[in-house]
Amino acid sequence: MAKTYFTEDHEWLRVEGGIATVGITDYAQQQLGDIVFVELPEPGKKLAKGDTAVVVESVKAASDVYAPVDGEITEANTALSADPSLVNSAATGDGWLWKMKLANESQLDGLLDEAAYKAHIG
Amino acid sequence: MTGDDTKHLPLEDLHMAAGARFGAFAGWSMPLTYPAGVMKEHLHSREHAGLFDISHMKLFEISGPGAAALLNRACPFDAGALQVSQSKYTFFLNEAAGILDDLIVTRLGVERFMMVANAGNAAADEKHLRELAEDFDVKVDALDRVFLAIQGPEAWAALSRAGIETGSLVFMHGIEPRENWFMSRSGYTGEDGFEIGLPEADARTLVTRLLEDERVMWIGLAARDSLRLEAGLCLHGLDVTPEIDPASAGLMWAIPKEVRASGAFIGADALRAILERGPAQKRVGLKPDGRQPVRAGAALFDADGNPAGHVTSGGFGPSAGHPVAMGYVRTPLAKPGTRLFADVRGTKIPVDIHPLPFTPHRYRKG
Repeated sequence: MAKTYFTEDHEWLRVEGGIATVGITDYAQQQLGDIVFVELPEPGKKLAKGDTAVVVESVKAASDVYAPVDGEITEANTALSADPSLVNSAATGDGWLWKMKLANESQLDGLLDEAAYKAHIG
Repeated sequence: MTGDDTKHLPLEDLHMAAGARFGAFAGWSMPLTYPAGVMKEHLHSREHAGLFDISHMKLFEISGPGAAALLNRACPFDAGALQVSQSKYTFFLNEAAGILDDLIVTRLGVERFMMVANAGNAAADEKHLRELAEDFDVKVDALDRVFLAIQGPEAWAALSRAGIETGSLVFMHGIEPRENWFMSRSGYTGEDGFEIGLPEADARTLVTRLLEDERVMWIGLAARDSLRLEAGLCLHGLDVTPEIDPASAGLMWAIPKEVRASGAFIGADALRAILERGPAQKRVGLKPDGRQPVRAGAALFDADGNPAGHVTSGGFGPSAGHPVAMGYVRTPLAKPGTRLFADVRGTKIPVDIHPLPFTPHRYRKG
């Protein structure tokens, strides 16, 4: 069964079978405003926790989205090339950013659950 | 800058009530966006009427027998040639002809002028103006006003409904419709519109009336920036700076020929020397290929990989429907259609030099 985690950097991860689908939270998309471009990673790219995985561009600014855990990109959400505003309209659904194969599942233990994340954003 | 130094708009409570998201700009806490978001706010301003609180900008009244002479010393234009109510875009230059600030000056009377200065330069401008004023029979007053802009094709109609007639006022003219009010038909969006400086109590009444009109909504600084960028208008501090002269910036249209030839403004000699040898770089519009924005600071290269210049403003143009940018390139490259490449995080994004503005100006000229 899929389990969802959050980070203090306003990302969510939905983990199933060793693969995490990663996106930004609804709070994050509200903070960024209208998204006009998403710079997506290539599948196969290996990332360490804290590396920039994706750059999300709003009208006003470019913002890095970091890998929340170590792993290898298995898929990028290419639907965002045609419609980057999915990140605004469906941040936790169709606006997901990438999928990654987890290198070390124990890193998930350091992430937040939904209640902890809600407390974090106040 | 610590929180204690941040300046707050007199109408901040109204912006908070409207759900604004605030951010720091030029020492002020400014509404960046409202709940509609930058995209909708931008498009609304082009289609209807956007209301902007620009009280961070500063109004200076310059009056006295020496007012025109002071202005002719401070700015590369002919203040005495202005008709009463006529406005001009001009600058303060330094001795090297670098742009200290860009300004709008309106003639209010035979010996009275209004100057509108940028927020970030207001304190330096005031000091500069007062120092110069010592040599002239003139008085400089920094006015305490709320300053509002209402911009868009329905701005005049919304003002009319709110009891403010604008009928005879045309683009780049300004009047004093009421005591302690200053209203000009001008703005920084490329649209028809008005800027109104007025006392806080009057401003609260006017804002309430305007917002009763469904054609009017608050617009934040984020959309103000995307609107001015599409309109090809310079932001001081980015597109024009004390290191940039009006010839490089493509702003020589603001300096009358006779003033270029014989004006005694500060920076005149340096500007004449620059004009004689030709500027080494020029400001251009830049249209990135594709959807990825190219932003301020990005380096530009020609097709052979040689440095070509840099981007000074960039973002997404909601009305243009594509990314838009401005920057400086070596003069021989400054021709529409020239393809360059912008370095964005190590990737070379193709960008084409594009005529400015990206969206046509729709000023009401008469």
